[in-house]
Amino acid sequence: MDAENVIELRQVSTRFGAHVVHDGIDLTVRRGEIFALIGGSGSGKSTLLREMILLHEPNSGSIRVLGVELADISAADALALRLRWGVMFQHGGLFGALTVTENIGLPLREHTDQTDRQIDQIAAAKLAMAGLRPEVGAQYPAELSGGMLKRASLARALALEPELLFLDEPTAGLDPESAGEVDQLVRTLRDQFGLCIVMISHDLDLLWQTADRVAVLADGKVQGVGAMAELAAMDHPAIRKFFDGPRGRAAASSPDVTKWNPGEPTRSNPGFRRAASGLPIPPPPLEIPVLRRPAWKPK
Amino acid sequence: MPAIAPNPAAGPLTSALARLGMRAAAVFEQGVALFAFIGECAVAFAGWLAHPARIRWRPILFNIRGAGFDALPIVGLLAFLLGIVVAYQGADQLRQYGANIFVADLLGLSMLREFAPLITAIIIAGRSGSAYAAQIGAMSVSEEIDAMRTLGIAPLEMLVLPKVIALLIVLPLLTVFADVLGVFGGMLMARAQLDVGFPEFLDRFTKAVGVTDYLIGICKAPVFAGIIAVVGCFQGFRAQGGADSVGRQTTRSVVQAIFLVIVADALFSIAFSALGL
Repeated sequence: MDAENVIELRQVSTRFGAHVVHDGIDLTVRRGEIFALIGGSGSGKSTLLREMILLHEPNSGSIRVLGVELADISAADALALRLRWGVMFQHGGLFGALTVTENIGLPLREHTDQTDRQIDQIAAAKLAMAGLRPEVGAQYPAELSGGMLKRASLARALALEPELLFLDEPTAGLDPESAGEVDQLVRTLRDQFGLCIVMISHDLDLLWQTADRVAVLADGKVQGVGAMAELAAMDHPAIRKFFDGPRGRAAASSPDVTKWNPGEPTRSNPGFRRAASGLPIPPPPLEIPVLRRPAWKPK
Repeated sequence: MPAIAPNPAAGPLTSALARLGMRAAAVFEQGVALFAFIGECAVAFAGWLAHPARIRWRPILFNIRGAGFDALPIVGLLAFLLGIVVAYQGADQLRQYGANIFVADLLGLSMLREFAPLITAIIIAGRSGSAYAAQIGAMSVSEEIDAMRTLGIAPLEMLVLPKVIALLIVLPLLTVFADVLGVFGGMLMARAQLDVGFPEFLDRFTKAVGVTDYLIGICKAPVFAGIIAVVGCFQGFRAQGGADSVGRQTTRSVVQAIFLVIVADALFSIAFSALGL
């Protein structure tokens, strides 16, 4: 195996009953790159991610992550491997019974011999790294907004200094501004800490601005791999679906596609982007009065 | 994504048959999955026995408090009321024959052998079994179980074994508590309705009820505890999708746990009568 390859998938096939999800998938993720998996709903990209992080076993084929073959892995090897990567789940996956600081400290408490004081210090550092204010640490996950949940989840994924980071829909359900901040965060993690990042995303802005290479999954196979600009030039119908919709055109024509410019978050200005792509500018959203909380609803 | 296409040629009869078949297959699948789950729990437990340092004491103690200590008032109250009801129902019959003192036999045997273990198990199935299913179900729906696995924490060791062990310890103790309060309730009723004073009652009680009867009741409790904890956790892990699934699995866990507890109790009765106990 090539030492530069962090993840290697060879002929991976997965079935759920009679339904074939993956039909011989070959993929390679190289060291230090931001790699994205895209595909329509049900194209099996989440399942593929779950297979890479040892949450699901493929029916056949070989998956090697960080040089370790995942098929028939022993419990001890699986544990060792799990500590070398971090996962940010789509809905955070934070433990509701623990505060954010306790959530971040949990892997350290489980797998290292550090004192509580040291663990709290590390947790605070990771919190700052993920761009959260220190006072968030004392809050419970239920008190956080969607964007903060994802950041807290990211902080926990970073707790054990992973070599590899998996992100499941890092911007789904976020407002444009927080999503723009996630773009920036993903790039910072790669540029400053040299992390290899594998993500699933539907978010074309995120893909254009961060991903080095993107794999398009459709009909159980990888239909194309390459940088966004290369994919945009391909003719395969499954790939064209992503680029030919109005959203695809808007994201592609956003002014800072080639050079990322942290000073101007483009997402907070969708009207500008649409004007640039020649699409009609939508009217501003209606002001809807906030409904009062019904009296019977618990606080 | 190809969905399962209904066969257009199928008439109402075949589709009813097909539904019956699908139901049967689903029940069978669930049974197989339950046995697989029990097997995995047993392997995890063997791992704990081999490496006692890995035993998670904190969640065990936490569960002992939650399922045991916190359940004392409700178990005690219901057993007390049950004792009153049994004595009250028996009082009329016994008085007709002037056999008032035999209320001690009636109460002692029925409470210690049957009612106390059963009422305790049913309360705990509704109180703790459902809480287990809801907690684990909510955690699997919100990806917390997946997160736990990726952080290198085995969910069975963190969530299931502490609950099973705690309930195995707690349910026999709660049964003893229910025994005491049930008999006490009956004793009050015996004095009020049948003029059987406490000394006469207790005198007759020690003669009528042997240690075997007491132990028969107690030895059922760990079996009931195992059923309640395993079914609750198992149904919790089967929750997937959204919050509605958590509610469904929680309901199912209570229904199945109570069902299996009563079936097990019936099997115990048959076994004990075959053994002549």
